[in-house]
Amino acid sequence: MSRTPLPYNRKILELFRNPKNLGKMEDATVTAVAGNPSCGDMIIFYLKINDEEVIEKASFESYGCAANIATSSIVTEMIKGMNIKDAWKTSWKSVVEAVGGLPSVKFHCGILAVGALKRAIRIYYEKREVSPGWLPKELTFEEKQALEEEELAKILSNRMKDEGEK
Amino acid sequence: MIENIRELLKAHEGLRREVYLDIENSSIIPKEVVDTMLPYFNQHAYGNPTLTHKPGWEAYEAIMKASQEIAMFSGCKTLEEVNFTPGETEANNLALMGTAFSMTGEGKKIVISEIEPLSVLHVANLLQKHGFTVVKVPVNEEGLINLEKLRETVDKETILVSLSTVNHEIGTIEPVKEALEIVKDKNPKTIFHTDASDAYGKTAFNMKDLNVDLATISSYKILGPRGTAALCVKEGVTIKRIIEGQIGTQKLWPGIENTPLIVGFAKASELAFHNFEENVNHMRRLRDKLIDGVTAKISDVKLNGPENDRRAPDNVNISFLKCEGEALTIELSLNGVYVSSGSACTRRLLQPSHVLVAIGRKFALAHGSILMKVTRYHTEEDVDYVLEVILKAVGRIRGIVGSVEVDSHV
Repeated sequence: MSRTPLPYNRKILELFRNPKNLGKMEDATVTAVAGNPSCGDMIIFYLKINDEEVIEKASFESYGCAANIATSSIVTEMIKGMNIKDAWKTSWKSVVEAVGGLPSVKFHCGILAVGALKRAIRIYYEKREVSPGWLPKELTFEEKQALEEEELAKILSNRMKDEGEK
Repeated sequence: MIENIRELLKAHEGLRREVYLDIENSSIIPKEVVDTMLPYFNQHAYGNPTLTHKPGWEAYEAIMKASQEIAMFSGCKTLEEVNFTPGETEANNLALMGTAFSMTGEGKKIVISEIEPLSVLHVANLLQKHGFTVVKVPVNEEGLINLEKLRETVDKETILVSLSTVNHEIGTIEPVKEALEIVKDKNPKTIFHTDASDAYGKTAFNMKDLNVDLATISSYKILGPRGTAALCVKEGVTIKRIIEGQIGTQKLWPGIENTPLIVGFAKASELAFHNFEENVNHMRRLRDKLIDGVTAKISDVKLNGPENDRRAPDNVNISFLKCEGEALTIELSLNGVYVSSGSACTRRLLQPSHVLVAIGRKFALAHGSILMKVTRYHTEEDVDYVLEVILKAVGRIRGIVGSVEVDSHV
C-alpha cells in the first residue's frame, strides 16, 4: 500500500471550481439524500420532473471532497432533459467516464451520486404510488452501496458514542 | 496521472502570494541552511567518515562537530548521546523496537498515549502483534495525558512509556516531567521515550532538565533538511539496533552517514536557537493572529488543542463545521495557501485523525480540520493573506454544502 496525491484531472478540477447545477431547488418535484457526514460524503439531489416524466431541471448540494462535488454535478448534467427511464440507466461507471476518470479511492463518490439519483427516482414513483415495469424491485448496486455507507456511518457514530460514555 | 498533476499545477499559475504552512509534513529549507550543506555534496567531506583518507576524516570531523552542536542545543551531556537516524519515523521506530529488543525478560508491557504520532502508534501496534501488550492512556479534551491513568497503568511489567513532549497535530505541551516522575516512581527500570520533534527548537525542551531516557528530535520540523533526525539516548541507557549492516560512526544506525544532511540539521538547530526567545515570540504572535482572525471572522469553527502558553508556539489546528477538509485544502491551494487536513480518504470513508477522535471531536468536526504551523520566516502580511483566503474558501465550500445537514454531534 502506498499513498499518492490525488491526481484529479482537468474536468474534475473545473467542476470543483465551477460546479454546474449547484444549489437548492425550491420547486423540486423530488428530493433525495444519500451518504452521511461522518463518512465525509453526503449529497442532496433535486429533480424537477414534468408530466411527460422528463427531468426538466436537476440540481445538487454536497458535503464532500472535490470528487464528490464533481460527480454530483456531472450526474445533474447527464440527466437533464432525459426521461426518467433513461436516467435510471445511468451507472457509476458512466459517471466516472464522464468526469474523465477518478482515482480508485474516489470511486465511491461516483457510486454515491448514482445511488442518490436512483433513490430520487424511486421516491418519485413511491409518491405517485405507481411502479413501472422497468423499475427493478431489488436495489441496484449503487443504492446498496449508498445504504451500506450509511449503515457504516451509524456503526461508527454509535461506537464513538459508546467511547464517549466510557 | 502525471498529466493530471501537471494540469493541477497549471491551475496555480498567476498566484498573488504563496504561503506554505504545512510544516507538519515537510518544510521549506532556508537559504542559509542550503548554502551550508552544498559544499558537503561535492567539495568537502564527501568521504565515508569511518575510512582512513582525507575526505573520510573530513566527514568524521563534520559529523562530530554537528553532533557536538546538536548535543549542546538539545541538552545532551555528551555528543555520544546524539544518534543520527534517517528521520523521525526511524528514530521513533528505533526507540520503541530497540527498547523492546533490549528489555527481554523485564516485561512485555508498552504504554503510550492515545495521541502519539503514527511512527509510535503503528510501531506499538506492530509490537503487540509480536507478543507485547500495549496500553494507550487517554487524554482530555485539550489533549493532556491523564496522569492518574498513567499511574494506574505502569507496573513491574512495563518496559517502555512513550509520550510526546508536544503533540504534533494539536500542539498540546504534555506534562512530560510529571509523567516521568510517575513512571520512574512506579518502575525505575521502565525506559521513558519522548518524541520531541515538535518541541526541539520551539519550546524549552532540554534533555538534561527533562532527564528522559530517549528523545526523538527532528531536522525538518526546525526547517532543516528531511532525511535526518536524531534519537538522544541518555548516558547509561542501552537499547538495541533494529537494522543491521556495516556499522559506521552511529552505533544505533548502520549504513553510510549522510554528511550534508547532518551538517544541515546542525545549521538549522543553530538558526532556531539563535535569538530563540525572539523567534518563539514571533511565532506565537502569528499563531494567535491566525487563530483570533479565523475565530472572529468565521462561524462554526473550533480550535483543537489548548490555548496560549499551554500550546506549541507554532501550531494552529482549527475545525470548520460544514467544510470537508480535502475540498478545503484544494481550494486553499488554488489560492496559494498550503495546509493539510486531519482526515484521509480511504476506499469507502474518510478516516478522521486519531488525535482529534481521542480529544472527543465528532466526525463532522474532525473531517473539517486544518493544520497549520507558522515559522520565524512568516510575516504579518502572510497571515493577513491567509486569513483573507481562508474566509473566502470556507465561504465557497459552505456554499456548495448549502442545506445539507452536517450536525456537529455526529
